[in-house]
Amino acid sequence: MAAEENATGATLNIHPMDQFQVYSLFGDGPVHWYTPTNVTLWLFIAIVAIVLLMVIATRGRNVVPSRGQSVAELIYSFVRGMIVDITGEAGLKYFPYIMTLFLLILFTNVLGLLPYSFTVTSHIAVTGVLAMAVFMAVTLLGFVLNGTKFLKIFWISEAPLVLRPILAMIEIISYFVRPVSHSVRLAGNMMAGHAVIKVFAGFAAMLAATTPLGVGLVAPIVAIMAMYGLELLVVVIQAYVFTILTCVYLKDALHPGH
Amino acid sequence: MALEGDIAQMGALIGAGLACTGMGGAAIGVGNVVGNYLSGALRNPAAANGQMATMFIGIAFAEALGIFSFLVALLLMFAQGF
Repeated sequence: MAAEENATGATLNIHPMDQFQVYSLFGDGPVHWYTPTNVTLWLFIAIVAIVLLMVIATRGRNVVPSRGQSVAELIYSFVRGMIVDITGEAGLKYFPYIMTLFLLILFTNVLGLLPYSFTVTSHIAVTGVLAMAVFMAVTLLGFVLNGTKFLKIFWISEAPLVLRPILAMIEIISYFVRPVSHSVRLAGNMMAGHAVIKVFAGFAAMLAATTPLGVGLVAPIVAIMAMYGLELLVVVIQAYVFTILTCVYLKDALHPGH
Repeated sequence: MALEGDIAQMGALIGAGLACTGMGGAAIGVGNVVGNYLSGALRNPAAANGQMATMFIGIAFAEALGIFSFLVALLLMFAQGF
């Protein structure tokens, strides 16, 4: 659609979705599952950044932490506090998984805000795998730890007996929608936010060309700065929300029937 | 703009625009959650910090439905079967 409108020339020429294209890093060949693409590159950069922060910066293990070490300790205690608050001490066994999820999502989100970068988490394929992994892990864990008692989360014993089958149906549907909403929330937020910034950038390019001396440029640039600040908040909150929902789902598996 | 495309595409694009009204619902939902949190927090500031996580979970649930409408709009625009 967008490509056809190019022919009209002077009209709005904005391609906010182009930044989400996956392409091969070497050559123009088709993208197979083993092809190194920009997704691979930015995942790799995120992992290098995580290793730099969590391994290299904390190598000294000083009593008085350096700047990098205090950031790493802040993230660690933040995630630990989140798990203890929601699942209780029993959830600390699964700390490594939740910490990994949080770090991966946080770093890929924040790195995606760099100009010319690629937001790995803006693709439903990536977040879908993360959310399905959480869903399957939690379901398996629930059955392994509680046996058939895990099914109690669908059978709400506080409700009147007549209502229980109806509530059970609603609970079952909402249980299976979880991975969908879990993944779509993250991917949708990332995609929408970045597309908005690109749309304003398109306004800036247009106004720079059409106003005298490009004075019209000021308004969209101020708007981009404001949106960028908002996006910085959103990417961190979305990483937090993904992790905290993982904790909430984990709580269901650890203590069903509450 | 020149007349091109067919009526099915027109319907899909109008539908994509209409799907954006879902954002309003999400906005009301998120506003409700935060507003009620704030009014509760101002009455009892000591309990406010403990409920911060609950507030974010509430925001996430309210907002997910708005994101679904965005998803419907995207599907209508880019993934139509005709």
